[in-house]
Amino acid sequence: MAVVPMQRVNICALKKDRKQILEALQRKSVVEICDVMKEGQVFHKDDVSDTASQLSKNIQTGQKALQILDEYAPEKKPMLAFLHGRQEVSVEEYNLFRKIHPTANKIVRRLTTLEKIVITDRAEIIKNKLQLEAMEPWVTLDIPMNFEGTDSTGAFIGILPGAWTDEKLVEILAAYGPVETKIISTIGEQTCIFILGLKKYKDKIFDLLRMNGFARPMNLSDLSPAFFIENLNNENQKLEDEIQKSIKEITELSQKRDMIQFFVDYETTREEKYEVINRLLQSEHTFILTGYIPVTETEGLKKYLEANFDVDIQFKDPSPKADVPILLKNNSFASPLESVTEGFSSPNKNEIDPTSIMSLFYYLMFGLMLSDAGYGFLMASVCGFILLKFKKMEESWKKNITMFFYCGVATVFWGVMFSSYFGDVVDVVSTTFFGKTVSIPPLWFSPTAEPMRMLVFSMALGVVHLMTGLIMKFVQCVKNGQLLDGIYDAIFWFILIVSCVFVLMSSSMFMDIVGLTFILPAQVGNIAAVIALIGAVGIIAMSGRESKNKGKRIMKGMYNLYGITGYLSDVLSYSRLLALGLATGVIGTVINKMGSMSGSGVVKVIAFVVIFCVGHTLNFAINALGAYVHTNRLQYVEFFGKFYDGGGRKYIPFSTKTKYYKIKEN
Amino acid sequence: MENLGLVLAITGAAVAALASGCGSAVGVGIGGEAASGVISEDPSKFGKVLILQLLPGTQGIYGLLIAFITLTQIGVLGGDSNISTAKGAMYLAACLPMAVVGLFSAIKQGRTSVACIGLVAKKPDQFGKAMILPAMVETYAILALLVSILSIVGIGGMSI
Repeated sequence: MAVVPMQRVNICALKKDRKQILEALQRKSVVEICDVMKEGQVFHKDDVSDTASQLSKNIQTGQKALQILDEYAPEKKPMLAFLHGRQEVSVEEYNLFRKIHPTANKIVRRLTTLEKIVITDRAEIIKNKLQLEAMEPWVTLDIPMNFEGTDSTGAFIGILPGAWTDEKLVEILAAYGPVETKIISTIGEQTCIFILGLKKYKDKIFDLLRMNGFARPMNLSDLSPAFFIENLNNENQKLEDEIQKSIKEITELSQKRDMIQFFVDYETTREEKYEVINRLLQSEHTFILTGYIPVTETEGLKKYLEANFDVDIQFKDPSPKADVPILLKNNSFASPLESVTEGFSSPNKNEIDPTSIMSLFYYLMFGLMLSDAGYGFLMASVCGFILLKFKKMEESWKKNITMFFYCGVATVFWGVMFSSYFGDVVDVVSTTFFGKTVSIPPLWFSPTAEPMRMLVFSMALGVVHLMTGLIMKFVQCVKNGQLLDGIYDAIFWFILIVSCVFVLMSSSMFMDIVGLTFILPAQVGNIAAVIALIGAVGIIAMSGRESKNKGKRIMKGMYNLYGITGYLSDVLSYSRLLALGLATGVIGTVINKMGSMSGSGVVKVIAFVVIFCVGHTLNFAINALGAYVHTNRLQYVEFFGKFYDGGGRKYIPFSTKTKYYKIKEN
Repeated sequence: MENLGLVLAITGAAVAALASGCGSAVGVGIGGEAASGVISEDPSKFGKVLILQLLPGTQGIYGLLIAFITLTQIGVLGGDSNISTAKGAMYLAACLPMAVVGLFSAIKQGRTSVACIGLVAKKPDQFGKAMILPAMVETYAILALLVSILSIVGIGGMSI
């Protein structure tokens, strides 16, 4: 129900057992490794970062291989796969993988090679296709593209801008005749031409053509265009075949997906281990491991290690200055909210774990903000079903879903109290379809009809929440042996606020505003006023006690008393309980109304069902999000603000952080 | 202008839904721009940034809520829709806190959300805190909502 006490653990053992001991520790995941001892004459740290980086490279290639498989041979995952959790394997199976490891490594590497082949081949095909396109206009030319003429002739193969005809060509070349011209093709604004002239005029013809914008084609192969195209096509076919073959091999290898996943996990585990080895102090034949272990685990670990290895294992209480990691442990009702506490910050070592006290308020407030029995029932039943059906799901998922299960239960509770069932669906359906209004009366009252009453209730709950925070502060101070600080900083405020509430409750004006019928007698109010005064004087006198100067101390105390406005705004902040609660109910009502307004007969029923489903899904999603966010806010800002700073370091044991398989200790 | 009361009241309801809706649209919009940037780098953060994007969306809903309560009170959605000019003006006034605060708080909350989306992109483990910062802005929208609701319900009971 609180922060688990930690102990320092020192394990000294023989180096030959190093692997087994580390692997056992990793599987048990009860020790957080920390290195405090300095290197000395005998003990040194071993540098194994080479192996570690090799392992991390393997992990990367393994993950890459899995990505490739997902791309080329996607796996059909069942819906909600994440709820199934990781598959369990025994230690023996895990150890046996060492034999398969080289094969897996080979497959991983083969997959990356195959992917590379596919990628380069695809790029090559695109390149070839571009060349094919460029060669297309020349296909009727039956001599090589780089043909420059014979002994006595000069040939020009190239492109002229604009449209040309044989006559026009002959005409401009008339001075250097005789020439043979041929228009190969015309594409757009360009003409592909072939000209054969006498060798002695070759330069002159070339100059003339250049003046007209003549350009040689990009690709001067020594093959005729038709041959060239055929060759490229053949090559593309070959590349295509190779791609198909590679993809087929990848698809075949996808049957080894399990093996690759195991490979990634195996290497991850080893990498984690090597990181620890890097931090171990080692002599020639022994090594020392130091860390933190929860007190509850010490006996089990000692027994296990002493039974299996030659070890010296010692436990001692950590020194008061040590930076001890924080592990929270709560009962099953509160433990789902540990992540909420840790989301703020783990408690520092002077603080108590607020999770269990917070849990009751958390569920209640969530329920108040969603406050619809229908939504709550859906939420609780879906979460409950998942919890029963998927027993093996990961711990973090399990906690989240359990949290929403309890939130759902609380929502049902408030929904029944305030009579909200999918808004006012009972009334609307009975009126619209059966012509007779049936409504379920609220067990307590209806916030839509009496918002003021709901506001008062919200704020009252807020005062209780805040006062619980002050009591937590007091308890915390007492635990740390600062009884007086507790009285000055918590109890005085507690007295002041509570008696102020009593004073208000004896004032007829205030009671009229909030619409409460009873009123406390004036004497009670007077007594409360006196007590409030005592509290206020106490705060003025004591809250500035660190100042030596008396005047300064009083000034500081008065300034701190001004902090009462903070309490006022804190209490007002709880009005969100009303606002969000009303929002759910009223929007639900709007949806039902819209549903009942359209059509008649069967159409009306269908329209109602459609609008009902879509509308309430949206309303549920938005309001559940709002309830979640604002419940957190009320805990973090209003409640934690009174006593909790956090700043502790979360306990992260040396463990197997695998992704696909869970290694089961037998 | 014998129906001036009704006109004023409906104007109030419309402004509440309109202004807070616009504010939320802007807020959620800029949130979405930032969120899509984060998702392009790391698709696995979708769930987290989606929540942050949606936070400024509540003002629009509060506006709708106020509009709806007003419409019900003045009998537009069935019932007697005959109200005095004074009462209509009061409904209009009652709608204003939600309209104005909703508009501005949603835009500011959107900007806080954008900043927090950046925070989550760099430090996903700080999601809890990133969620609280935009929620602080919303407090004022909630206070405005409260004043509007209480006023509207109160006006309904008056005989002016």
